[in-house]
Amino acid sequence: MRSALPPPKSATDLLMERAETAGRKGEADSQPTLRELFADKATDAAALGFMLAQIDITKGPVLWISDRISRKEAGVICMAGLPHGIDVLRVDVSKPVDVLWAMEQGLGCSTLGAVVGEVWGDPPALDFTASKRLALRAEAHAVPAWLIRRAATANLSAARARWRVASLASMHNPDDIHALGQPLWQANLFRSRWGTPGEWVARAQDGTLHLDHRVEGQTEAGARYG
Amino acid sequence: MLAHAIAALHQAMVTPPVDLSVTDLPPPDAQAEEAFTPVGIPPSTPRWRASTTPTTPLDPKVGRVGVAAGAVTPPDPKDPLARRITALHFPRFSMNRWQWHMDRAGQAPPPEVPVALAVEGPHGPVIHATNRAADQHGIRIGARVVDMRALVPDLRVDFADVGGDRAALGRLMLWVRRWCPWSTVDGPAGLVMDTTGSDHLWGGEAAMLREIEGKLSTLGLETDLATAPTHGAAWALSRCGGVREVCAPQDLATKTAPLPVRALRLHPDTVLLLKRLGLKTVGALADVPRLSLARRFQKAELVQNPLLRLDQLMGRMAEPLQSPDDPPQFCVQSSLPEPVMDPEPHLPDMAQELCAGLHAAGLGARRITLTVYRTDGEVDRIGTATSQASRDAAHILRLFDGKLERLNPGFGFDLITLEASVVEHVDVVQTRIEGGSDEGTELARLVDRLSAKFGADNIRRPAPRDSHIPERREGWHPAMAPDAAPLPAHPRPRPLRLLQPPEDIRVLYAVPEGPPAQFMWRRQTHKVVRFEGPERIAPEWWADRPGTRLRDYYRIEDQHGCRYWLFREGVVGDGRGGAPRWCVQGLFA
Repeated sequence: MRSALPPPKSATDLLMERAETAGRKGEADSQPTLRELFADKATDAAALGFMLAQIDITKGPVLWISDRISRKEAGVICMAGLPHGIDVLRVDVSKPVDVLWAMEQGLGCSTLGAVVGEVWGDPPALDFTASKRLALRAEAHAVPAWLIRRAATANLSAARARWRVASLASMHNPDDIHALGQPLWQANLFRSRWGTPGEWVARAQDGTLHLDHRVEGQTEAGARYG
Repeated sequence: MLAHAIAALHQAMVTPPVDLSVTDLPPPDAQAEEAFTPVGIPPSTPRWRASTTPTTPLDPKVGRVGVAAGAVTPPDPKDPLARRITALHFPRFSMNRWQWHMDRAGQAPPPEVPVALAVEGPHGPVIHATNRAADQHGIRIGARVVDMRALVPDLRVDFADVGGDRAALGRLMLWVRRWCPWSTVDGPAGLVMDTTGSDHLWGGEAAMLREIEGKLSTLGLETDLATAPTHGAAWALSRCGGVREVCAPQDLATKTAPLPVRALRLHPDTVLLLKRLGLKTVGALADVPRLSLARRFQKAELVQNPLLRLDQLMGRMAEPLQSPDDPPQFCVQSSLPEPVMDPEPHLPDMAQELCAGLHAAGLGARRITLTVYRTDGEVDRIGTATSQASRDAAHILRLFDGKLERLNPGFGFDLITLEASVVEHVDVVQTRIEGGSDEGTELARLVDRLSAKFGADNIRRPAPRDSHIPERREGWHPAMAPDAAPLPAHPRPRPLRLLQPPEDIRVLYAVPEGPPAQFMWRRQTHKVVRFEGPERIAPEWWADRPGTRLRDYYRIEDQHGCRYWLFREGVVGDGRGGAPRWCVQGLFA
């Protein structure tokens, strides 16, 4: 299991590793583990799009757990908007602590494609120990776990990768200058266990996630409207 | 404790003095034992139920003498007329069931409305069952529905549930075993019970028949019933005899003589033949010399042979009642020597035992009930269900996690039962060559655990619904239920999240027919930078209330890059209200 203490490394090893991973984008390893996504605004679904681009829907059903305030403030999932062919098992609970319990139960079932938990705010139940439990369980059973946090602060957590995702103006639509194009997101990896933190412009293409520093004439900074 | 036990033992050995004048009241000891206690002191005196005389002697010896003196001689097992058979006939079984269902749904027609149930015949539907009002209007069973409609234009016709009736009769057959241990189904609307020796529990045969008729009428069933020494006689008397007729062995010939020949369970062709021969009653048939009947119906089968049927009725030919066994019940109980507060330590062994029983029978449990009996007589139950039949003790135990705290122990439990109340067949399938778990099982167990904790209504899967309105397009069904059809892909872009209900916004128009230039939602101002639309979704006249306005949907992007799904309800001047209302309904990625 990857959570075991790594063997001590020399300074040369560390430098070589750094040089190796610096060229890669985002996380150096895509193994199933716990990842946290912080939505910039509660009404911004960019974090969901960013996550859905990384979920392998062919592996199995997705267990989607949400607490009551998340459903009230950010709505419920709409199957017509999700990728076609996804199999969702929706669990509605009332409290954040129940979200964590259900996630832990789901992570023990290795036939699931992914486990998604939506937690509103900073509940006291979601502390370092709880996130560590989720991370270890996800790695032991090889089920990716996604924790979507809205109206939350990035306090102590054992999530292996923590992203902050916001919407960017979409790409140009070649058919209609006034219409929406392909959605772009600003993805900020601010903590990563195996990769290098950084900031990218993300988009979903052909069912996978693409991370770029700039997209066709839109610089990362200039992509936002004034 | 020891002194109490010695006193109880002493009391058990000493016969209480018999005082016939005060035996109307039970002795105080007997009353104390009425409270249910599985490990109590055995009753010192046997109690007799449903005594006809109020002065029942409490002394067992006197009681037995009294019964023996009451003209009940032990029946000779060789005597063919020694048995007592009760036949039940439900003349309107389908109709009574239909009415009961309609009553439950609150749609029962008044009794004066003629109602008929139909089944598909070779030339269109034919009448299968009628109610009393339809009978009075001359509706005949077996006639075509179109003919009867011509006769009674306001006849209400519904389709009969023949398979459901058969299954209900099978359940009723097990239900009537409260009066006697043996019963079986007799024809499409009849039951037959062997009540030999069980009538005294209800105070005699006449009282038993009254009791049976009363209990069945509470189920909404009209019943004809009779008791006789043979199956044939009971069948005949219940269908063609008087009300609740009881026929003693010596009256068999006289009571059955006036009955028509169709009371002999004969084929209609044979009944017609006998009628043409001038033999209209059972008595007339019995008067015909046996030899001539035997010669005439030499090669006929049982249902076409009046002589064999007559022999069955008179008890000259044996007709044993073949009672099917009770369905297996899987219930494990553990009676504890001392009351306990927490049933949890006893559950693993009970679950193991239950699952061993299920395994031996090749079954799995779908619904499991834990019942605890408190020392003060209270009974508490916890139920749990599985989405797939299971006989894994560890899994069943996990479903009770967190539920046991809801039990109020009071002064403790002294009896615990674990019952598999609904069972299903389990096919053992090895999915991998090295053994190991089935993929579906693992997911089903997860659903069970989540449903046990959060309720089955909160673990759901999507199911398609036939609608264009976005919030009605997707139904969510409990995951415990069988899988629904997969959702079809939507050709137009749809949001990832739907707000339920849509939230009102205040808009600033550029033009009234187009998208807003700016809108205010949740106290934030959003400028519309790009838009796409409108996409018009009309109301569904077959489902919506009159006056529902159409919706024009727009996908818009605001100055921060967030993408929303807005709609305008109605258009200006559509005559369905004032200014159109604007709402935000969805969030795009």
